[in-house]
Amino acid sequence: MNADSAIALAGGGGPLQALLAVALGLFGLAALLAAARLAIGPHAVDRVLALDTLYVCALALLVLIGIRLGSALYFEAALVIAMTGFVGTVVLSKFLVRGDIVE
Amino acid sequence: MSALPLWAEWAVGLLAVAGGAFALVGGIGLVRLPDFYMRLHAPTKATTLGVGFALIASMLYFSLAGDRPVLHELGITLFLFVTAPVSAHLLSKAAMSRREGERPPEPNAEAAAGGPGPSRSSGAKRPAASN
Repeated sequence: MNADSAIALAGGGGPLQALLAVALGLFGLAALLAAARLAIGPHAVDRVLALDTLYVCALALLVLIGIRLGSALYFEAALVIAMTGFVGTVVLSKFLVRGDIVE
Repeated sequence: MSALPLWAEWAVGLLAVAGGAFALVGGIGLVRLPDFYMRLHAPTKATTLGVGFALIASMLYFSLAGDRPVLHELGITLFLFVTAPVSAHLLSKAAMSRREGERPPEPNAEAAAGGPGPSRSSGAKRPAASN
């Protein structure tokens, strides 16, 4: 596959790489805004919401990098992030309600 | 990896950019909306839709660049569409249980003190201060 060059972009020239760069920038900006809410958020629930948004934005960034490099490996990492992100949000919400995870 | 025809490159790229635009709108709403319950809407709807677009772009690219249709990313999309409302529901329950007194103001609060508001004239029951 891409064993000889580490970051060989897929497809050569054309508009795909430029449009993917724009999309990566937009998702990165959304992740930065979520990080801003993570820092500002006056309550803990705001921070948990920002963390959930960060999981989703990281998932999108991984999928778009998988298109850019032409490798289907990044889909697996995106799947893991989706699952662990959801579990993390559920556990944090339960902790904020009860103060304990396992009763 | 084989090169795509030009229409496919534009389709994949525009889908990815549309997804990024929706996610950016969700992020702007997350930062700028004043109340937590308003803030809950922006990422759970807009950002999830944006990621759905990015995953559709990925499905299209790997189906066209490979030799057979690729549908793995549909699994992640369906997973996100199921779990995003569940996460939002649990977060709103956590917010309601931690901040008992901070209910959002009723829409006719100032009108009810003065003249007849719309709720009084229609005879609607005034909601009591209960959770």
